[in-house]
Amino acid sequence: MSFDSFSEFLSMGGHGLYVWLSYGLGVVILVANLIVPKLARDHLLKEQKRRLRREEGVR
Amino acid sequence: MAEKKWMPRWFYQLASPRWCYEITGKLLPWFFAAAVVLLIGGAVWALLFAPADYQQGNSFRIIYLHVPSAILAQSAYMLMAVAGAVGLIWKMKVADMVLKSAAPIGASMAVLALATGAIWGKPTWGSWWVWDARLTSMLILFFLYLGVMALNSAIENESTAAQASAVLALVGLVNIPIIKYSVEWWNTLHQPATFKLTEKPAMPAEMWLPLLVMVIGFYCFFAVSLMQRLRNEIIWRERRTGWVRELLNKQ
Repeated sequence: MSFDSFSEFLSMGGHGLYVWLSYGLGVVILVANLIVPKLARDHLLKEQKRRLRREEGVR
Repeated sequence: MAEKKWMPRWFYQLASPRWCYEITGKLLPWFFAAAVVLLIGGAVWALLFAPADYQQGNSFRIIYLHVPSAILAQSAYMLMAVAGAVGLIWKMKVADMVLKSAAPIGASMAVLALATGAIWGKPTWGSWWVWDARLTSMLILFFLYLGVMALNSAIENESTAAQASAVLALVGLVNIPIIKYSVEWWNTLHQPATFKLTEKPAMPAEMWLPLLVMVIGFYCFFAVSLMQRLRNEIIWRERRTGWVRELLNKQ
């Protein structure tokens, strides 16, 4: 363990702002890259199912 | 006479969107689990246990995001160019879809590499940004990704869009060695590569091991995001086929 206390861990030897800004951005970008395609999939499946039902109704 | 097959069997299977959809469906959960374990484990290791740098102190911990995202931004670009070439040569639709799916992930990785670099540069160099060869060539990589994305959304016809973006991806490939050697060809503030295939890393193992874990974690994450997008693309383009219809009815 490189830090003696939690506050020391947060302050990162005075570089806390830089370190936490980087990691925060990293989490946002990584999570967004998984959630955006997941939402797109839900939307796509819903839309295509609706289209199928509509087309089968016509027949 | 049967047409001669030049490539291994899996190469031809890859050409089948349905086969790709099924195999990625099996692979996805494993890559997802690996990515979660490696990224969380790697980040805890990087933030809590890796020693601080004797010159840069704790701001050095940004390396554990900066280097993996920069590596991935370049790898994703190379994958995109290879997919573009395969799509142009063999007219393989799945390759076109891979190209299109890789672009937004690569672009976001380029953003992460540039942003973490800027944040790291402030306490280390005293400046958020310098017009230096490494930084500029990385910015060009980001614009190349945007170009591929723009072509894909601007051109209505799918195969024309694929051809145009494949050509752009292949032309832009020249930027990859420029990024790699920029720290050697020009005077630069940027430090040289951390990992080299031929040499032992210049940093101690307790510093580079978590970095290696993060790099592998980022690759697994990329595989997950790419497969998600690819599967969406397959369903969209194959929406008129019988197997997608069956799949939708089963859901």
